[in-house]
Amino acid sequence: MSVINRPRPAWFHVIMVPFTLLWLAPIVFVVFVAVRSFDDIAARGLGALPASFSLEGLVTAFAGGRLGAALVNSAIVTVFAVIASLALAAVAAFALSRFRIPFRRTILLVMLAGNLLPPQILLIPVSRITQSLGIYDTLFAVIVVQVGFGLGFYTFVLHGFMRSLPAEVFEATVLDGAGAGRTFWSIVLPLCRPALAALAALATTWIFNDLIWAMTVLRTETKFPVTAALLNLQGGFSSAWNVIASGSLVAAIPTAIVFFVFQKQFVSGLLVGSNK
Amino acid sequence: MTGATALRARPRTGGSAPGVRKRRGVLGRVPVLVWVFLAVPLAVELFWVFWPAFNSFSLSFTSWKGVGPAQPVGFANYERLFADPVFMTALRNNAIWVVGFGGLSVAGGLALAVALNRPGRGISIYRSAIYLPMVVSLAVTGLLWRVMYQPDGPIDAGLGVLGLDAWSRQWLADPDTALYAVLIAAVWRQVGYIMVLYLAGLKGVDPSLEEAAAVDGANAWQRFWRVVMPQLRGVNTVIFAVTVIDSLRTFDIVWAMTRGGPYNMTQLLSTYMFQQGFTLVNLGYGSAIAVVIFVLAVAFIITYLVRQSREEA
Repeated sequence: MSVINRPRPAWFHVIMVPFTLLWLAPIVFVVFVAVRSFDDIAARGLGALPASFSLEGLVTAFAGGRLGAALVNSAIVTVFAVIASLALAAVAAFALSRFRIPFRRTILLVMLAGNLLPPQILLIPVSRITQSLGIYDTLFAVIVVQVGFGLGFYTFVLHGFMRSLPAEVFEATVLDGAGAGRTFWSIVLPLCRPALAALAALATTWIFNDLIWAMTVLRTETKFPVTAALLNLQGGFSSAWNVIASGSLVAAIPTAIVFFVFQKQFVSGLLVGSNK
Repeated sequence: MTGATALRARPRTGGSAPGVRKRRGVLGRVPVLVWVFLAVPLAVELFWVFWPAFNSFSLSFTSWKGVGPAQPVGFANYERLFADPVFMTALRNNAIWVVGFGGLSVAGGLALAVALNRPGRGISIYRSAIYLPMVVSLAVTGLLWRVMYQPDGPIDAGLGVLGLDAWSRQWLADPDTALYAVLIAAVWRQVGYIMVLYLAGLKGVDPSLEEAAAVDGANAWQRFWRVVMPQLRGVNTVIFAVTVIDSLRTFDIVWAMTRGGPYNMTQLLSTYMFQQGFTLVNLGYGSAIAVVIFVLAVAFIITYLVRQSREEA
């Protein structure tokens, strides 16, 4: 047995098990707080273990905090923004990776650089531009802003993936006389499925979890996505911790589902990000 | 993971085959449709990213309340920055943030990646648990930790169990601890991400080198720093860039936990920029802060890349 492949000593798990539990403690505690009744929290303190089970926090979060509507807003923004970003990124990546476009390398790097800009440098002008276009305070504005800002990164990743596809595939389609559109649709897109899945998992969590773009282009509370709505909830129910905890869990559940279902794609998406 | 592997393989195939082979699979004449394919996304990005960014620069030389024409003021906004105590606090806090957030999440992420690198019983459960916080949004992370830090909340209760009642305090309301309390929450969410990046990097480390060093009598500590670490240089560069960019962007978690308070003690450049630009509608001054954030991000990354490339030469 080699020196560096020795089995883990027993104390490894003795340390890791409590460490992991402690790591998850904030999530576990919020679940505890969310299912306690207001009176229980008021009487026994926030740090106590639950002595009651009540969903009044959850009910209040949905009724008074309009969390349901906020979730719908988040879903609309996420679905449209993810689809539009990946569609635009895919066609751009196809053009840049498979055709002799002058300065294609420079164009690609400039597009990527746009995504690396700190968003702060865009916020004020973006807010003014949406106002002058008459789309300020609409979900459409959030969608286009998300698409514009994310495009560079998605294009870069898909470009890398398309370059790695075997050249023979394309040569064969050219001999067949297939046009660029058909090559893209029936050859390239199906082959890019793994990369698209990874990016979709990643983009979904990014866009769903966004706060700053929503705060930049939205003003009306009924149009807020769930992140912004939660912060309002915190202002409106500042001492009702069970309401805030329930709301936080509800906001975290959709991305947690994406994570558990697409864990492989999600992790590979993160790694793709590290290759930029 | 096919996507990631294929991507990592790409530079090698591209680099080793210049000239003729490079053109293989790249189609000749560019059809009109393909120009449209490129033009539409490019136009979207130019309009929503580069045009606004350019506008921020020009706005930063004006004084504008959002109504009427903007008044050109030259460098007045930048002069005002350095006399503004809140800006200086934000700048100092951001420096603490880059070092603290970067240092702790890299130390934690690297240690966990090394501990959980080899497969074994329970390893995948530990890994999942550690990167689970990453899927929670920064806004929600802020709220989770607000619950933790409340007076008589879980942290104070935990200290009470350990007999350390004297340590408990109003973590988020105390100017001495507020910034660090927010920082811990942000690190908690970041460690999993750094761990994933290092785990990927460790996969690329050549085990025979470490084996050889072990035969030569190097202990585990020496093997790690002298043999493994140098092979992680690529990952380190990525992590450095990610950390600097994330540190300068940090906004949501501070906004959710303290909004920059108490007494601006947790103000970062991004939150102060947002306050000036959107709450107080000082569009010119807010833009000047945004430009500072931009310059810092670019300067950090260029300096680091130059130093890296010099070390390699």
